[in-house]
Amino acid sequence: MTKDQCKQVVLDIIADIAPDEDLSNLKPDVRLRDQLQLDSMDFLDIVMELRKRHGIEVPEADYMQLASLDSCAEYLTPKFTALGK
Amino acid sequence: MKPARIVITGIGLTAPNGNTLAEFRQNLLSGVAGVETFDVRYMGTLLAGVCHYDPLKYQKKKEVRVGTRAGSISIYCAREALADSGVNFEALPKDRVGIYIGCTEHGNVETENEIYNISKFNYDTKFWSHYHNPRTVANNPAGETSLNLGVTGPAYTIGAACAAGNMGLIHAAQMLRLGEVDFAICGGVSESIHTFGIFAGFKSQNALATHEDPKKASRPFDKARNGIVISEGGCLYTLERLEDAQARGAKIYGEIAGYHVNSDASDYVLPNPTRQAECVRKAIAHAGLTPQDIHIVNTHATATPLGDIQECEAIRAVFGEGCPDTFVNNTKSFIGHAMGAAGALELAGNLPSFDDLTVHPTINVDDLDPQCALPGLVINRPAKAKRVDAILNNSFGMLGINSTLIVKRFVA
Repeated sequence: MTKDQCKQVVLDIIADIAPDEDLSNLKPDVRLRDQLQLDSMDFLDIVMELRKRHGIEVPEADYMQLASLDSCAEYLTPKFTALGK
Repeated sequence: MKPARIVITGIGLTAPNGNTLAEFRQNLLSGVAGVETFDVRYMGTLLAGVCHYDPLKYQKKKEVRVGTRAGSISIYCAREALADSGVNFEALPKDRVGIYIGCTEHGNVETENEIYNISKFNYDTKFWSHYHNPRTVANNPAGETSLNLGVTGPAYTIGAACAAGNMGLIHAAQMLRLGEVDFAICGGVSESIHTFGIFAGFKSQNALATHEDPKKASRPFDKARNGIVISEGGCLYTLERLEDAQARGAKIYGEIAGYHVNSDASDYVLPNPTRQAECVRKAIAHAGLTPQDIHIVNTHATATPLGDIQECEAIRAVFGEGCPDTFVNNTKSFIGHAMGAAGALELAGNLPSFDDLTVHPTINVDDLDPQCALPGLVINRPAKAKRVDAILNNSFGMLGINSTLIVKRFVA
């Protein structure tokens, strides 16, 4: 999986958990919380959907790695690769 | 000191046959039922009363996703009631607004959904939703409404089985009279059709209605009645002290005249006509009225073979043959049993009678059970009344809780 594909995985999840938001102009290097109305429960949703849809575990100590699309891609791409995806 | 007079100034509702009072009332007068086929997890296609309001009228998509159906119904009804009341809600001190919502049960839907969800993951509880607790706390419907409206006063639910809709109104009237709040949003809601457990429970009790025509399935007082049609729905009212309502020139639907709540203390599920009659008598006395003063009795009857007969026995004991101007009807024949919403919805369906002097019927009575042949029972077609000055609304529930609420025509 490429980093761009990884970002798309995260965007697909955000589209479901924040259905009122316009995701077309998200800046990948800016914190998601600064661009979208996301609270702590929403971030738990992202963690849960990564677990459910892709079998990926994000320990609580690593939640900060999900701050922006870029940081998501940096953190998650190796995990997808390790799963052979 | 005489207690403050409490009046109804706004109504918001969603029923299986209408999403406004006008639409609901029109269908009650035209004989239009709202029961349909409905798929229930594990059980297949059954009959239910389903609401078709637009949740996105007052909620964002995310609020609908995160919240519960009962919360969504509550928000829709509360917003509709506020709009109907004409109150300048923005100007009201939000810490002086109370939200009191009756519920038969809450939490079953979300718990069943989560168990179904983790069944797809070999019952591994790490897949259990972090939303489970806020969705299943008993105050959820009122809490979601307070979030949506920005209300910071008391907001909670009242658990009273199928007597809960009346209880929401009664409790709100009490809180207004105590001076705890200045404006109340109150009534009852139900999301029960989204839990298979309530269907399975009534089926195991041999109390779930079946009929080849869904719209004829709910048939209180008919000889061939065979049980309950389970429905969802909601009806919330705005209640105010009379002087507040008059000060802002509010439209007044009616005045809370009296009420009573009691308990059978006799059985988990079987009604007790002695206690029911006692509840009705005490409500009439509380209102300072006599049985002859009641012009519409809206029955609780759910179309179970025994329950209908027992309520008729209670009504006969109170009203007998000496109340020639008293009509008796039933709203569940149109919409099924909306559980915690039932009492509030059924009252709303009758309130327009103060103005149009028309009593909606109980429908689906092809062959009246002689044991349910009450004087004044309005069957299949509306009746014209000489006058409608007081409406008595019965709602009874499991574990033997009874509630009777009387609303009278407003006379300044």
